[in-house]
Amino acid sequence: MNANSFAMFKTRAEAVSAEVHHFPGRAEALDFILQILAAEKAPSSVEPHAVWADCPLLAGLDKALLTAKAPGLTFDVTRENAAGAKVGISQLDWAIANTGTLVQDATAVDKRLVSTLPLIHIAVVESGRIVADLPSLLAKVDPNQANYISFITGPSRTADIERVLTIGVHGPERLIIVFVGDPGEPN
Amino acid sequence: MRKEFRDSINTALQNANLTGALGRFSEAYRISRAKAYEGVDFEAVRTQIAEVKSSAAANLDRLAETFARNAEARGTKVFRTDDPAKVKEYILNLAKEHGVKSVVKSKSMASEEIHLNPYLEKAGITVNETDLGEWIIQLAGQTPSHMVMPAIHMTKEEVADVFSSEVEQGQAADIPKLVKFARAKLRTKFLNADMGISGANIAVAETGSLVIITNEGNARLVTTLPKIHVAIVGIEKLVAEFEQITPILTALPRSATAQLLTSYVSIISGPVANTDGTPKELHIILMDNRRTEMSRDPKFKQALQCIRCASCLNVCPVFRLVGGHVFGKIYTGGIGTILTAWFDELKKSDEIQSLCIQCGNCVDVCPGKIDIPALILELRRRLAVEQGQPLAQKAIFTVVNNRRLFHSMLRTASLTQKPFAKAGFIRHLPLFLSDLTNFRSLPAIADEPFRDKFKKIEQPKGLKEKAAFYSGCLIDFAYPDMGAAVIKSLNKAGIEVVFPEGQTCCGAPARYSGAYEVAAQNASDNIEALLASDVQYVVSACPTCTVALKHDFSSTFESLGKTDCLPRAKELAEKVVDFSSLIKKLVDEGRLTLAEGKQLGKVTYHDSCHLKRTLRADKPPRELLNQAGYEIAEMYEADMCCGMGGSYSLKLPEISAPILGRKLKNIKQTGADCVVMDCPGCVMQIRGGLDKDGAPIKVEHTAQLLAEQLEGVPED
Repeated sequence: MNANSFAMFKTRAEAVSAEVHHFPGRAEALDFILQILAAEKAPSSVEPHAVWADCPLLAGLDKALLTAKAPGLTFDVTRENAAGAKVGISQLDWAIANTGTLVQDATAVDKRLVSTLPLIHIAVVESGRIVADLPSLLAKVDPNQANYISFITGPSRTADIERVLTIGVHGPERLIIVFVGDPGEPN
Repeated sequence: MRKEFRDSINTALQNANLTGALGRFSEAYRISRAKAYEGVDFEAVRTQIAEVKSSAAANLDRLAETFARNAEARGTKVFRTDDPAKVKEYILNLAKEHGVKSVVKSKSMASEEIHLNPYLEKAGITVNETDLGEWIIQLAGQTPSHMVMPAIHMTKEEVADVFSSEVEQGQAADIPKLVKFARAKLRTKFLNADMGISGANIAVAETGSLVIITNEGNARLVTTLPKIHVAIVGIEKLVAEFEQITPILTALPRSATAQLLTSYVSIISGPVANTDGTPKELHIILMDNRRTEMSRDPKFKQALQCIRCASCLNVCPVFRLVGGHVFGKIYTGGIGTILTAWFDELKKSDEIQSLCIQCGNCVDVCPGKIDIPALILELRRRLAVEQGQPLAQKAIFTVVNNRRLFHSMLRTASLTQKPFAKAGFIRHLPLFLSDLTNFRSLPAIADEPFRDKFKKIEQPKGLKEKAAFYSGCLIDFAYPDMGAAVIKSLNKAGIEVVFPEGQTCCGAPARYSGAYEVAAQNASDNIEALLASDVQYVVSACPTCTVALKHDFSSTFESLGKTDCLPRAKELAEKVVDFSSLIKKLVDEGRLTLAEGKQLGKVTYHDSCHLKRTLRADKPPRELLNQAGYEIAEMYEADMCCGMGGSYSLKLPEISAPILGRKLKNIKQTGADCVVMDCPGCVMQIRGGLDKDGAPIKVEHTAQLLAEQLEGVPED
């Protein structure tokens, strides 16, 4: 991760109401995510309250340990679970510094369900995957290989009533971006 | 103009919510747009867009074929048709085949263009718009008033009323709560819908991809939850290559909503899996509806460079007063007028094209580099050809083109009004003409036109250079003193001024009314008169006349195929210069000077549309006034039209008046006791407005202020 491009990303993403965090390693990032899940815990009757789309960050982890720590968390991303959950978690492939944008190959439907239906979307990104701008990003993604590519810049928004900016329409009202990895270290 | 149309304008003008919301928005837009483009070379980006889109427009057929082949290879079903009826049939058949009962839609102008919703609803299918603004107007039974912000004309109270009466009683006029309510209600519709219908902002031929841009996230749900996704795409959305989406993705959010990027961009290149694991049915309808025909039209092919950002609406002095509903049911504003003429029919643009005041604001901001005012003039011309010139108009031009007759008629009219003509103004006119004077006084007609006054002006002998002065109507008949000031200044620089008697109307009134044959006759007469004597310059103190002489003559001849007239028109164009640019040049060359150190007080400067946006000469008058010793207090929106627009203020005084009102307010706010400009038309409008208003502010043409200050340089 280039410190300048991270700073640029953070400025631009926060300008559009995203929350941006950075952790040196996976353990710290997981702790942070679990804290959010605890803070956003739904009333006990509603289960599940968080859906997590499978992603590289989870590789080699014992998911049962995570669910033990965060009751209400499920990795079974169905339409019903995502529609009922308050929090959705997924990993995105790229970040664009000068617009504060996250990009992912979202061909797999679970990735879209967790980032569209819940009120809160926690987006994990590897720190080494920040690119400078749109042209650099377009050189990395290939529509021939991915049927659905998603760009996400801040939470869902509208200004359709009296031009008053309102966050959280059909998509998430909070976008929490979690960068993982040491600065300067290509992941 | 039908009474219904006038009524719709007046209804809009009296809707304080509408004009208030649009007015505030247009003011904020100017600033936020500029901020969004910080660090971006807008000219470079729009040049790229114009190239990408114009080359696509020239190859629509090939690109559509490539797109279809590539998309089909991935499993997408592509249906291409030029017939809106076939689009509707296709969707209905598909719906029937799959037992579709309910449809969710994200914003699609193409679907509105073909009136898809009522068609599907008639067949018993429930259709829900999901873009918040579109849903509101759908529930209210209205049509969009703005292409990007469809419900901008409604207040939160009105929205709460619509939600309460159409969805669930008791909704409060609280914006966050209204948004939450829409989220909850529409969520169920998303989850239960059998089909999702979207539009697309870009279609990429080489990859068969659609690019969909939204902020609310509704397009993501429309393309994810229902098992069938149908995208209706106008074929002008095609570009050849994937990397060509860059300039469009750079400009569209910045120009549309002043964002660096919208919350969501989805690039869909093939069917994906449904939530139950089955493959999604993805249907893309490439709709022509006269776009190919448009691409073959030498003038209107340019309109296919539009990326639907609506910035032409946001900067339009007329749109911000009347809003979109006056323009019709679908496409609104400047570009909307053009699209309506093509996608609906030419006749439908007959009235709405008259709303364009030709100020050129939209040309400066269009990311597709479309000359919207020029295309609207072309519509006017074609309408005039199709429908013939009205008899009254014919009679008017006959008079206007006979200078002496015109002057004596104006003079007679002016004298008849003698009791009302005070201090150089006509303040009231009787009967139906009273509309012309109820928001501004009109100038009294000079006893002697400039052409006669000129003969009595004594010019120094033995001047080495010669210039021809082209007065134009207003200086000739109403403001001869401006002409005298021009001659005085040029004489000081050692230039003798001649006044070719054969000069006539510049043709702008005819051209702007679509009467190109009349304009061409004006052009020929003027070219003959002005090129008859051997002069270095042809100078005018009216930017509209200058533009006519320098640019419009050629363009009128070209439109009429009179190519044999072009060389002489170009010969004239090379000599034509506006007053301030010529004086600036003479000062820079050391042939005229302005005494240093004078303190002449505070003035404010109004930019005339043609001077700033066609002649690009907004700096010379400011620099000269500064050099002379005037302090310029810039007014807010100095380059916004004053509402004159030549005969516009006569045809649509109800729009001209409030535009003038804003201008007067901005002038007064500077605290200057004098407002300066380079156009006698603007002088007439602003002087007349200030006279009615009673504010003690002088209105001067730059020539009149400078003539007193300029000094010649004695020859060695």
